[in-house]
Amino acid sequence: MASLWFGIVAVMIAAYVVLDGFDLGAGAIYLLAAKTNEERRLVLLAIGPVWDGNEVWLLAAGATLYFAFPRLYASSFSGFYLPLMIVLWLLILRGVGIEFRAHIDNRVWQDFFDVVFSVSSILLAVFFGAALGNVIRGVPLDATGYFFEPLWTSLRLSEHTGILDWYTVLTGVVALVTLMAHGSYYIALKTDADLGRRARGFALLCWPVQFFLTFSTLVATYFIRPEIMNNYNRHRIGLLIPLVVVGCLAVMVWANPKGKEKVAFVASSLYITFMLVGAAFALYPVVLPGRDHQYDLTIYNTAAADHGLRVALAWWTLAAVLAVGYFVFVYRMFRGKIKVQVQAEEGHS
Amino acid sequence: MDSALLIHRIHFAFTATFHYLFPQLTMGLALLIVVLKTIALRRSDPVYNEAARFWGKIFGINFALGVVTGIPMEFQFGTNWSHFSRYAGAVIGQTLAMEGMFAFFLESALVGLFLFGEKRLSPKGHWWTAVAVFTGSWLSGYFIIATDAFMQYPVGYYTAADGTLQLASFWAFVLNPWAGWQYAHNMCGAVTTGAFVMTSVGAFYLLSGKFIEHARVFIKVSVITGCLFSVLQIFPTGDEQGKMVTDLQPVTLAAMEGLFHGQQGAPLVIVGQPNEQEGKIDNPIEVPRMLSMLTYRRWNAHVRGLDAFPRQDWPGNIPLLYYSYHVMVGLGTFFIAIMAISTLLLWRGKLFHARWMLWILLLSAPFPYIANTAGWMTAELGRQPWLVYGLMRTADGYSKFVSAGNGMFTLLGFMGIYMVLGILGLFLVWREIEQGPEAEHAPVDFKTAEAR
Repeated sequence: MASLWFGIVAVMIAAYVVLDGFDLGAGAIYLLAAKTNEERRLVLLAIGPVWDGNEVWLLAAGATLYFAFPRLYASSFSGFYLPLMIVLWLLILRGVGIEFRAHIDNRVWQDFFDVVFSVSSILLAVFFGAALGNVIRGVPLDATGYFFEPLWTSLRLSEHTGILDWYTVLTGVVALVTLMAHGSYYIALKTDADLGRRARGFALLCWPVQFFLTFSTLVATYFIRPEIMNNYNRHRIGLLIPLVVVGCLAVMVWANPKGKEKVAFVASSLYITFMLVGAAFALYPVVLPGRDHQYDLTIYNTAAADHGLRVALAWWTLAAVLAVGYFVFVYRMFRGKIKVQVQAEEGHS
Repeated sequence: MDSALLIHRIHFAFTATFHYLFPQLTMGLALLIVVLKTIALRRSDPVYNEAARFWGKIFGINFALGVVTGIPMEFQFGTNWSHFSRYAGAVIGQTLAMEGMFAFFLESALVGLFLFGEKRLSPKGHWWTAVAVFTGSWLSGYFIIATDAFMQYPVGYYTAADGTLQLASFWAFVLNPWAGWQYAHNMCGAVTTGAFVMTSVGAFYLLSGKFIEHARVFIKVSVITGCLFSVLQIFPTGDEQGKMVTDLQPVTLAAMEGLFHGQQGAPLVIVGQPNEQEGKIDNPIEVPRMLSMLTYRRWNAHVRGLDAFPRQDWPGNIPLLYYSYHVMVGLGTFFIAIMAISTLLLWRGKLFHARWMLWILLLSAPFPYIANTAGWMTAELGRQPWLVYGLMRTADGYSKFVSAGNGMFTLLGFMGIYMVLGILGLFLVWREIEQGPEAEHAPVDFKTAEAR
């Protein structure tokens, strides 16, 4: 039962990163890719009806983690106290940036919220990547099952790490580049003309960086945590995961210049999913490794009792079917490219 | 009190209080908008539809603020109350996750359609989106109340070998009897906020001689709704909740009422200041025997005072609890009076010209916010010193590994951000009010997202 919920939470997190990832990525390239007010409105229109729903996956995944693995939720949320609070502030600022910008048709107002939206999107991508890096690297858990990490100590990996060291900064940058590419493919998919062209160009620029960083992260991960290979050695089928990741990278670079935006976006989504699946596969059954492995949090010592998990499976399945239904409905209503209608009003372009 | 404990308590109290300023309005408005849309649909009356569109905009601003200030609530159980989360998470995490899975997905998908999809949908289709938004927001309210109800009156759980709480009966937990009345009481409060805000804007327009037709629709709908719900607020929902507190948290009742010594035929204190040192109420104005009647339905019943309970089980902050409760009840009574008089004037066809009453209605808008906040403070201060009533003390539940300094850092951060949000929100709502319900501008419109 605990393994099943490990899978469910992993899927929810992957859904979050793939879905909210494209609107975070769109935010990250926003200031550079969208030059005119019209283009910026296009980007916001492209994510406007869906970003809130995408973000619900984060909340739902967090709350599912809460009841399925209460000990993990308690340890990780309090241990990552400072970065999580900063993430919350960024989520607030970003949401406000998206929602409030359009309320007033004034250059200064809009410039302000443009920067708020874009900068918070960039920082969120970095923080999410760093969070994943922390989970892979391990944290200073002790016998109480708790820990507390400051934001940074020194950037070297030492006994007393902070949230940010060179490894987690690296994973943060990987996340940023990946989501920038992901957002570019989405914007290319949803718009055309200059904006779509520029988004495609952006994705093209991101690709070599993404390619290089993917490999350096894998190497770095092996370097700081050789035991990450244990599950792969035990179950050779897991080696298909990196193959899929490489395949997705290849498809992205092939599809993008040909204007096959949909293929590129799907490949990018799969790339993200399989990067996360690869990490989950390597960690299982550990959910939060300690610096000292006897204190590792695993699905076995953090899961809730069976009865609760079994009951939750019933309502969770029902709710997930409904949720997927809403998503299909909204995305269908919203399919196709977005255009700005020529407005009769004078003044702002 | 341990300074880290105090900071974590203020952290949650501040963020929760600020957050709830928005949902109480949006949950109330969601119902009122459905009423407006239904009348618009039935009578094909464009004024009602414009009224619904106008309140949709106010709803949208408040909904966005409710969403962004709501996210931190979900996280704070883990960040600031990790010992509590480890202890009770297997149970209360379920309702929190159900809120996300059942309510938030529905709301997030349909709020956009409701706000920006009017031109793409048939009138009936748009009516359905309003109903879905109403359903989502009211469902969300229930899951939060059910979570709180477990902390007030834990049911459906068992204590596992490792000392944590685990789910024993899903239905007992989700259909906690405490949750039923608390939910009804809370939702009446939300509708009261929505109704008073709508009346206030209507009164503002009438007094300034603008948008007369729409203002009359606002007032008509919200005064009738407000009258109904402010009565339901006290009877039966408030009354029943009071009886639950009497039965299940008798020490809380004694503290709320400022009853230091148990007595037969206990009086109801209307005004007065609790004096903890001497164990009495200073300057009391009381209704003799009323408390016995309200709690046990007998004029002579014995009501237990604080002296019947060990001191360590008394709520920690008795004066604040006492005042919260009295402010809530006092304002609740005031709401019935205002709404009853308004309904009477409306029925006699005089309300739209009674400037004195319009002035009262205009100025009353802040009070339901105060009453709702005071009500939540009554519930949560009354639960002290327990985090989960009778099972875990608040002092044992906070994150022991998050220092006071780190807690203070993020508390100040939230205060700063929320101050900016509050100012922005007020500014944008004021702009919408000033532009009025006739303004035919939709800043972002779904229709620009036309398929190729």
